[in-house]
Amino acid sequence: MGINWFKYSSPQAFHPLAGKMIPWFSAAALVLIGVGLYIGFFVAPTDFQQGDAYRIIFVHVPAAWMSMFLYVVMAAWAGLGLGLNARPSFMMTQAIAPTGAMFTFLALLTGSMWGKPTWGAWWVWDARLTSELILLFQYIGIILLRASIDDLRRADRASAVFALVGVVNVPIIYFSVRWWNTLHQGASVSMTESKMAATMVTAMLIMMLGFWMYSFAVTLARVRCVIAERERQPSWGKNASIQEVAEAR
Amino acid sequence: MQWGSATEFFAMGGYGLYVWTSFGATALCMVWEVLAVWRRHASAALESHDRS
Repeated sequence: MGINWFKYSSPQAFHPLAGKMIPWFSAAALVLIGVGLYIGFFVAPTDFQQGDAYRIIFVHVPAAWMSMFLYVVMAAWAGLGLGLNARPSFMMTQAIAPTGAMFTFLALLTGSMWGKPTWGAWWVWDARLTSELILLFQYIGIILLRASIDDLRRADRASAVFALVGVVNVPIIYFSVRWWNTLHQGASVSMTESKMAATMVTAMLIMMLGFWMYSFAVTLARVRCVIAERERQPSWGKNASIQEVAEAR
Repeated sequence: MQWGSATEFFAMGGYGLYVWTSFGATALCMVWEVLAVWRRHASAALESHDRS
């Protein structure tokens, strides 16, 4: 590939690139989620055990996946930022956290909506649910930690360390249904076998792709906000005096 | 196609409340997030314009 990726590692170059990509990701998200919903509601059959309550899977599993996936991506940017002391990486960490938190919240909410009719309980303290709840607290912690430190560089580093350390929870969530006896059902889809009808799996995977595209679009849009907001800070400029920096904060 | 009528569709075999709360909350969160980022972008762009 003849693309010079390093060119885009500076915020000034990345900003317009992100702007060009957002409409494509948004359009892909709309189409995929539309098709996913259509297959999920009109093509996929009613489940013989769970009735139509199972259709919650089409938002629950993609949301839960995104909550874990976004955390790993966020932690990877955090690690990159700490290792290379790179500003854009910290900006990505900052941009991903709210979307990750939102999907974690949605995974928990839709999970309880599914748990009530199938298990008879909104909430149980089992390994999968508890570790996912901890993930929500981690996201909130990362966002609040950043907000509570005035010095931008220290805020970047502190929240990055928090994000990086917390990544240990992701495999715990993922394997919790295997490591412990839980009420939560096991993986719905694996590489070798699937416990669901083909149309159900198709709808779920398309929804998942749609949520991915949505996440790309919204985090890129947010990182552009972050870049623009930070550019306003005089500390970014070359000739800012200490007083100017102090005034901006 | 498994739905005989719109009523049947919205009833979701008796699980309508759970199914529609899940999908409604998800849609609401996503739309809200997009609008929030949109507004943040507008104000960020406006202020950086003012400075220059």
